[in-house]
Amino acid sequence: MQPAAEASIGEAAPGPMIEIKGLSRTFGSFQALKSIDLTIQKGTVFGFVGPNGAGKSTTMSILATLMAPSSGYAKVDGFDVTKHPEEVRKRIGYMPDFFGVYDNFKTVEYLHFYGASYGIPKAEREALIPQLLELVNLTDKANAYVDTLSRGMKQRLCLARCLVHDPELLILDEPASGLDPRARIEMREILRELKSMGKTIIISSHILPELAEMVDEIGVIERGQMIAQGNVAEIQNRMRVKRFLQIRLLSGEDEAEQFLQDRPYVNKLLRDERGIQIHFGGNDEDQAVLLHELVSAGYKLVSFSEAQTNLEDVFLEITKGGDGVQ
Amino acid sequence: MRNEAMNGRMKGLRSWLINPVLNKEFTLRMRTVRSMWTLFFYLLAMGFLMLSIVYLTQMLGSNNRSFNPEDSKIMFYFLAFAQLGLIAFMAPGLTAGVISGEREKQTLNLLLTTQQSSSTIILSKLLSSLSFMIVIVLSTIPIYSMVFLYGGVSPKQLILVFLFFVFIMFMLGSFGIMFSTLLKRTMISVIATYGVGLFIFVGTAIIFYVVMAIVSQFQYNNPNTNFSWIGHIIAWNPIAALYSILDPSISNEVFNFNGSSVKKAPIQLWQEFVLIYTALSALALWLSIRKLRPRLKRN
Repeated sequence: MQPAAEASIGEAAPGPMIEIKGLSRTFGSFQALKSIDLTIQKGTVFGFVGPNGAGKSTTMSILATLMAPSSGYAKVDGFDVTKHPEEVRKRIGYMPDFFGVYDNFKTVEYLHFYGASYGIPKAEREALIPQLLELVNLTDKANAYVDTLSRGMKQRLCLARCLVHDPELLILDEPASGLDPRARIEMREILRELKSMGKTIIISSHILPELAEMVDEIGVIERGQMIAQGNVAEIQNRMRVKRFLQIRLLSGEDEAEQFLQDRPYVNKLLRDERGIQIHFGGNDEDQAVLLHELVSAGYKLVSFSEAQTNLEDVFLEITKGGDGVQ
Repeated sequence: MRNEAMNGRMKGLRSWLINPVLNKEFTLRMRTVRSMWTLFFYLLAMGFLMLSIVYLTQMLGSNNRSFNPEDSKIMFYFLAFAQLGLIAFMAPGLTAGVISGEREKQTLNLLLTTQQSSSTIILSKLLSSLSFMIVIVLSTIPIYSMVFLYGGVSPKQLILVFLFFVFIMFMLGSFGIMFSTLLKRTMISVIATYGVGLFIFVGTAIIFYVVMAIVSQFQYNNPNTNFSWIGHIIAWNPIAALYSILDPSISNEVFNFNGSSVKKAPIQLWQEFVLIYTALSALALWLSIRKLRPRLKRN
């Protein structure tokens, strides 16, 4: 495999922010990544989706220069992570899925420490840190000890730490995991702000449906393989070949379920408090026929509608164990 | 031009010495209550030992209730060996968790993605641990000063002994940091460091005595063979090395084993000890620096 040309040290490359080609990683006999290809353009917010153990964190660790690939290459802003890790580290802000904080450090001191570790002079840090604290809504906690902060606050502080050297790329591994709904909303607002600042963000999350409106592209990874990748709308459209119909009846749901199972294009039925959900393989005409049959059979329909697919449905559909959508 | 180059070098040295990792280590170490308690109990132990030896010397010594220089010398020896034992006990505990502790607290990955080099991280951690141990050892000087009240020990000897202590801390600290880097769990790293410490303090002495017993038997049959090399074995032992600082004649004695032809030791035991362990400590630190980050560069 012939890697693309490298960027000169100290200069930003004009090409994509992330370029991954044939990336593999093995741990003993276990293959965590199987020849992954991925290109992310500058300014893109990329959602990385996949079940636990699919290889998201491994890919992110390689991009963060914390792990060497077994084969293939990964480049950040034109710099190969194995050949120029120092240049890559200057350009990335990495937030791991699990991270700790130093006890006996105040919030401001914590950020000063990381700022100094990136070589930012003290005078610059003095001006920068209040701005970062304001961005992550921690201004009132500036002098609090880090270990006294709540989990949500620590996540936000870690995000501020990622931004202390103004990196072009943010690698966020499950930034919202373990957060309560309010903290998730706050995190989402900060990420939206960062997107508007033109940062390239690669984010893995289990709450992608919540982030759907801010993610430009998604990549779905399962068992170390990238099984779908592209624009969010594109992938959702691809999924629209399979419809989800939602039916609510006044009564007789059991009989209706029996009736529906024998109808054509009905692939799967699910019952919940909202009614019956049908995984429907037909088109608009087939859908109209089904509605007509239900009414003719005397079922008292309260509603018959097509449910909107969201990223979660896409994720569940793609990762249900088959070969997936390519 | 020359001045500018000099200034640049001084700036580089200053920024290396006052680097963020070292700064952080100092701040965090001195903020913990544990540091104060460590200092307190260390001084308590040393003070207790000192008062015990004074009491025993008075009780068991001459009845005229006055110190003689020989008593003072014994007191100094006793304190020096006790201090050596305490350092051997303390150094692994202070250094064997500096990297694995960060790994366990999940702060290491964050540190490794910064611009700090592996050598800065490792050497700063060693320097910070050493500084704390030096503070502890220096705080025992008032206890040693009691020895000077009665004479018998020269200030030069005292300085040499303290420098030897610093070297022992550096040596055990280097091994502690190496195990802390190579092993994932702090508990295992601490056990490994204490194991190596035990081997250096006790194992080398046992090897020396076993070899000496074998050689004694062999020399009985071959009286003309030179066995002065046996002195090089005990040079690996810190207790023997410290003893050679307190009593330089011991080096000559070990190299003149059973009447060997060598009359003067080729090297003082403590000098050989310093040479051997400087090389091993440098190797330990080199390994730590190499292994801190994953090896990324491929052929």
